[in-house]
Amino acid sequence: MARAAALGSGLFLAAASAHAAAPAANGAPWWVWPLALFLVCFVMGIVAVPAGIGGGTLFVPIVGGFFPFHLDFVRGAGLLVALASALSAGPMLLRSGLGSLRLALPLAVLASASSIFGAQLGLAMPANVVQILLGVVVLAIVVLMFVAKKSEFPKVDRPDALSQALALNGVFYDAASRNAVSWQVHRTVPGLIVFLGIGVLAGMFGIGAGWANVPALNLLMGAPLKVSAGTSSVVLSLVDSSAAWVYVNKGAVLPMIAVPSVVGMMLGARIGARLLNVLKGQVIRRMVIGVLLFAGLRALFKGLGVGP
Amino acid sequence: MKPSVGEQPPEQQRYARVLEWAARAGLLVLVLSFAAYLTGLMEAHVPPQKLPELWVHPVDRFIELTGSPRGWGWIRLIHLGDIAGLLGIAILAGGSVLCLLSLVPLYAARRDRAFAAISLAGALVILLAASGWVSGGH
Repeated sequence: MARAAALGSGLFLAAASAHAAAPAANGAPWWVWPLALFLVCFVMGIVAVPAGIGGGTLFVPIVGGFFPFHLDFVRGAGLLVALASALSAGPMLLRSGLGSLRLALPLAVLASASSIFGAQLGLAMPANVVQILLGVVVLAIVVLMFVAKKSEFPKVDRPDALSQALALNGVFYDAASRNAVSWQVHRTVPGLIVFLGIGVLAGMFGIGAGWANVPALNLLMGAPLKVSAGTSSVVLSLVDSSAAWVYVNKGAVLPMIAVPSVVGMMLGARIGARLLNVLKGQVIRRMVIGVLLFAGLRALFKGLGVGP
Repeated sequence: MKPSVGEQPPEQQRYARVLEWAARAGLLVLVLSFAAYLTGLMEAHVPPQKLPELWVHPVDRFIELTGSPRGWGWIRLIHLGDIAGLLGIAILAGGSVLCLLSLVPLYAARRDRAFAAISLAGALVILLAASGWVSGGH
């Protein structure tokens, strides 16, 4: 894996000699930015797994705040980062039963449709307004990460009529307790409405919406925590697909920004998954919350035109 | 007892299989085309050294300055390295359509009309987004 990261870095250096490495207006040669992006995303990928947060959620506030790219391109790349991560994890989660296709599909179809609206809205709004809203959403994520409770196995006494009609239930094998756990969900209609809103946010800001999906599935609808996390990834793969097309059609996806980000994040996530038992999850999580807090405030101030 | 892979519903297994291949194909095309762009093997629509003065602008201004295509206009410039990357992105963002359509016969055979319709609706939503009709790229 370290070799792959070195290979990625080497490719940028080879590229620098293939193209004229003339300094840009701000003094730095062009290849510095994609190389820095690759390395930053590699680190984000490593910390995202133990911190229990999607890499896409970190990407937009951090890259939007500290790199010179316009927010339009950052959001386009952010959606692809979240999409590629969800697509990579999806098959394994579905095969293991941690992701439920049956639960994901109705929610994802609604959220996909609303993400198209969110993406259009985000691309139509002035950049400073998007920055302000992004800052508010990122700060809300920080609060959510602090206060949101989790319920390993929520109690659902009786599924609602829609949940029963659609048979939104299943069984998964819990490796920790070594038990097959049956689950069912309730509050399906409020859940569908919440996912409509989640789709708008995902499309508008280009951030993965796992931070919202998991509490909605777990605390609102009553799916077990592990099923919520697994199903969230399947939902994201569909929601981000729709929103990504809006950005592609608008011309807001630049391979020079998107590809180093996707590759760096995916390589980093593989290392993060291997280091899951070595790194202290709580310490990493606090560190990530700190960085998000800083990035959220920076986005807010940038949008308000305060500071550099 | 730990359930085996075979115990997942058949539609879930099929979806996982199609998704896996779509993700692999998309990432492969994305990385190979990008390597060809970076190393100069493929000609570029916008040379990399010009990007730092362009990527600071909103997308509309960027397109005005570079003449980059909107919507599906990129297809006719697919021979250019930076544009070819969009093919990988299209495979990644379009793979779910194949996954969803592959479910329809399974649900239909089981007379699960609700989920056949939901799968079809999901595919149509993504196709609608891809068409550019609702996203301004048409």
